[in-house]
Amino acid sequence: MTSFFEELREHFPRQVHAVGEPVSGQVTILLNGPDITEMVRHFLTEYQARLVTVFAEDRVNAEGVFYNYYVFDRVGDPSWVILKAPIPKDQPSFPSLAAELPSVNWQEREIQDWFGLEAVGHPNPRRVALHDNWPDVHPLRKDFPLDTVLPPFEGEQHVYRPAYGEGVFHIPVGPVHAGIIEPGHFNFTVAGEPILYLQLRMFYTHKGTEKLFENISIERGVFLAESVSGDSAFSHATAFCEAVELAAEIEIPARAQFMRTILLELERIANHIADAGAIANDVGFVIANAHAGRVRELVLGLNETLTGCRVLRGMVAIGGVRRDWQQGQVEAVEDTLKVVEREFRDLVAIVQSSNSTRERLENTGILRPEKAKLLGIVGVGGRASGVDLDVRRDHPYEAYRHLPFRVPVYQAGDVRHRLLVRIDEVGESIQIIRAAAALLPEGPHRAPVQRIPSDRCAMSAVEGWRGEILYWVRTGEGNRLERCKVKDPSINNWPAIVESMEGNIVADFPVINKSFNLSYSGTDR
Amino acid sequence: MFKILQKTFRVGAATADYPRVAPHLAEQFRGCPEFDFNLWSDARPAAAACPTGAIALSDKDGVRTVTVDYGRCIFCGECEQASAASAGQISPVRMSRQFELAVTDRRDLVLTAEYGLRPDGTHAELRLATSSPGQEDPRKRIAAAIETMLGRSLSIRQVDAGSCNGCEQEIVALNNPVHDIERFGIHFVASPRHADMLLVTGPVTRNMELALRKTWAATPDPKVVVAVGACGISGGIFGTNYATMGGVDAIIPVDVYIPGCPPRPQALLFGILLALGRVRQRLGSVKS
Repeated sequence: MTSFFEELREHFPRQVHAVGEPVSGQVTILLNGPDITEMVRHFLTEYQARLVTVFAEDRVNAEGVFYNYYVFDRVGDPSWVILKAPIPKDQPSFPSLAAELPSVNWQEREIQDWFGLEAVGHPNPRRVALHDNWPDVHPLRKDFPLDTVLPPFEGEQHVYRPAYGEGVFHIPVGPVHAGIIEPGHFNFTVAGEPILYLQLRMFYTHKGTEKLFENISIERGVFLAESVSGDSAFSHATAFCEAVELAAEIEIPARAQFMRTILLELERIANHIADAGAIANDVGFVIANAHAGRVRELVLGLNETLTGCRVLRGMVAIGGVRRDWQQGQVEAVEDTLKVVEREFRDLVAIVQSSNSTRERLENTGILRPEKAKLLGIVGVGGRASGVDLDVRRDHPYEAYRHLPFRVPVYQAGDVRHRLLVRIDEVGESIQIIRAAAALLPEGPHRAPVQRIPSDRCAMSAVEGWRGEILYWVRTGEGNRLERCKVKDPSINNWPAIVESMEGNIVADFPVINKSFNLSYSGTDR
Repeated sequence: MFKILQKTFRVGAATADYPRVAPHLAEQFRGCPEFDFNLWSDARPAAAACPTGAIALSDKDGVRTVTVDYGRCIFCGECEQASAASAGQISPVRMSRQFELAVTDRRDLVLTAEYGLRPDGTHAELRLATSSPGQEDPRKRIAAAIETMLGRSLSIRQVDAGSCNGCEQEIVALNNPVHDIERFGIHFVASPRHADMLLVTGPVTRNMELALRKTWAATPDPKVVVAVGACGISGGIFGTNYATMGGVDAIIPVDVYIPGCPPRPQALLFGILLALGRVRQRLGSVKS
C-alpha cells in the first residue's frame, strides 16, 4: 500500500494533498482541487480500476468547501480507494467525466440538482433527480431545510429526443404502469415493431431520503434505510448499520455476523425465486410463476419465524440484530431450505422444459460484455454479461470470509442468462445459509452501543440481491449523521436496459425490464 | 407438458382459505402493538423509541395526552422493548398478532389516553382512554353502490405514488396461488379506466402527485380509493418534506386505510373486503 501512495505522489505532485486510511480498507486521497480528470484516467488504465460511484457533500459551514468523492474498486485489491476533491464555494463546478464514463452520467447530474455544483462538459447536463418543473433549489445544501414547502407545479414538461421518418413514432409508457410495479417513464422510439431507442425518466419516487437521514437520529435511520428499497430492506439496513459501525468502531458479535449473513441470503433467495417466476410469466408461462409464488411464500414464512416479519424488517440494528434465535428457529432454517431446494429444482425443470419459453428468453435483450463494462453494470445484470463482481467475495463483510461459495458469471448477456445467474445463485445461497447455520456461534447477538463519536466517515458495501449497495456516512453531534450517501445498484444499471432494448420488439420490453428488475425507489431515493 | 401436469397434481391446492380460516402465522409474527393504558406508568420511553412518531405525547397543565396512531405504526416492536425496560417485568405495551386493522375512517386508527402527571414525569392516574369514535362517512355508500352494481366482482388498479416497493411486493403476492385474490372475483387491471378501485401506496411524492390526480380522474365513478401501508396513510417514516406530500388523502379522497409496513397479504385482503362491505371492521367504534 505504501508504494501505491508514493507512486501517486510522484505522478500527481500538484494534485495530491494528503493520503490516509481512516478506516481499514478505505484509502482516502485528499486532493488540492476539483480537477480529477488525469487521476481518474490513470486509475482506470494503470490500475484497471472501476469507478464505483461519485457523490458530493456540503462542508461549506464547517470547512468552506464542497467535496466530491470518487470511489474506486481495483481488481484483486480488497481496499476501496476514495478520491476526495474539494470544490470552492465561490466556484461551484467540477469537470464532468460522463463523456468518457457513461456510468456517472446520472450521478453527476444528481450532484448538479442536489448541490448546485455544475458538471462542466457534461454531454447532457439537463436535470435528472429534480424534474424540469421544480423551482431552482438544491435540497442537499445545508442551508436548505428539509421541510421547505415548494410552490405547486408549473412550467414546461420534460422534452424527449424527437424522431422523424415514415413509420417512426413514440410510445410513451408510465409513470403509472399496467402491472403492479413502481413508477417510471419509458419513452420508446419505434419503427414498426423494433425499438430504435428507449429514453428513460426516473426519480418519480424521489422522497428526500438522503436529506431525511441528516435530520433524524441514527436509530431511526436504520428504519429509514429499510424503506429505501422495500424488496432489499434487510440489505439496505445492514449496509447502513455497517457504515455507522465502521465509523464508530463498533465491533459486532460473531453470532450477529452469521445471523445477518443468513438473512441477507434469504432476501436474495426470496427475490430470485420471484424473478424466476416473473420472467417466465412475462413470456406467457404462467404456471411457472404460480409455482414460484408458492415457493417464495415458504421463504417468507421462514423470514417471519426468524425476524417476526415476512420481509425481514425490524431485525437489524446498530451493533448486531434486535432479536436472538432459539434452537427451534435455527432448526426451522434447514427444515424450510430442504423443501425450498426441492421445489425450486422442480420449478427450474419446468421452466427449462418449455422450448417456447426458452426461445423467447434466448438472444432477447442482449447486453454485450464490453458494453456492460463500459457502462459500469453491476450485480446480476453484470454477471450475466461477463462482469465478474461480487462484494461478498471481493470485499468480504459479515461472515462471508468464513463461507465458501461460487460466483456464477456468464458472457451471453441475454434474458436467459440473467435468469441462469439467479438460478445458480439460489443454489449457492442455500449452501451459504446451511454452512452459516452449522457454524452459528454462541454468544451475544448485539453489542452495546455507546455514544456515536462525531465527525467520523466510513463507507460500507453489501451485495444485495440486485448487486452492490453502498452507504457512505459522516457522523455528526448528538447521535446524528451529517451526510448519508445511498447508492443502490439500480442507479448503475438503468443504462443497461436502454442498451439491451435496441433492436428488440416492444412486446419483449416487460421481460427484458424484469430480467434486470431494478429498484425505482432505490434509484430515486 | 406431462411433467407440468404431474407437478400440479402432486402439489394439489395451495390456496389458504382466509378469511374463513385464520391464517398460519409464525409464533414470532409481530402484529400491531396493544396498550394496557391502566398499567402504563410512563409513555416517554415508548414515544422516544418509536421511529415514525406513531406514539406522541403532549403535556399540558399536569395532564399528559398520549396518542397512538396505527396509521403511522410500522410494527417494529421498539415500543414494547422500551416499555419493558422501564416498567420491570410486564410491559404495558405488547406486540399482538392482530393484523386485521383496516378502517374506513382515518380517526379509527388513533387511540388516545389522558394521564395525570407526577412531578418526575411518570403517570399518576388514567383519566380517559378512548379510540376516537369515527363518524359514518358518506363515501362508504360508494362501496355499497359498487357492490350493488357489480355484484361480487371488482377490478383494481394499483398505483405506486412513491412507495419503497415494500407494499408492492405484498400486493403482488395477492396474485399467487396461496392468497389467490381472484377467488373473490377480484382482479388487477392494467388501466384506471377499467378499475373500480385504486389501491394506492405512498408517501405521495411531489413528482407523482400529478400522475395520481390524473389516474384518479381517469377512473370512472363509482370508485373506491384504498390507501395502503403506513406511508400511504400518513407518509410513514418519510412524513412530509420538500419531496413528499404525506399520505394519499392529502391528494385524493380515501375510503379505506390499511395499516402495516408492509401490510401482509391477508391484511390487504381484509382491507379490500372491508371496502366491499364483505367483512366487519375490527378497530375503533364498531359500525353496522
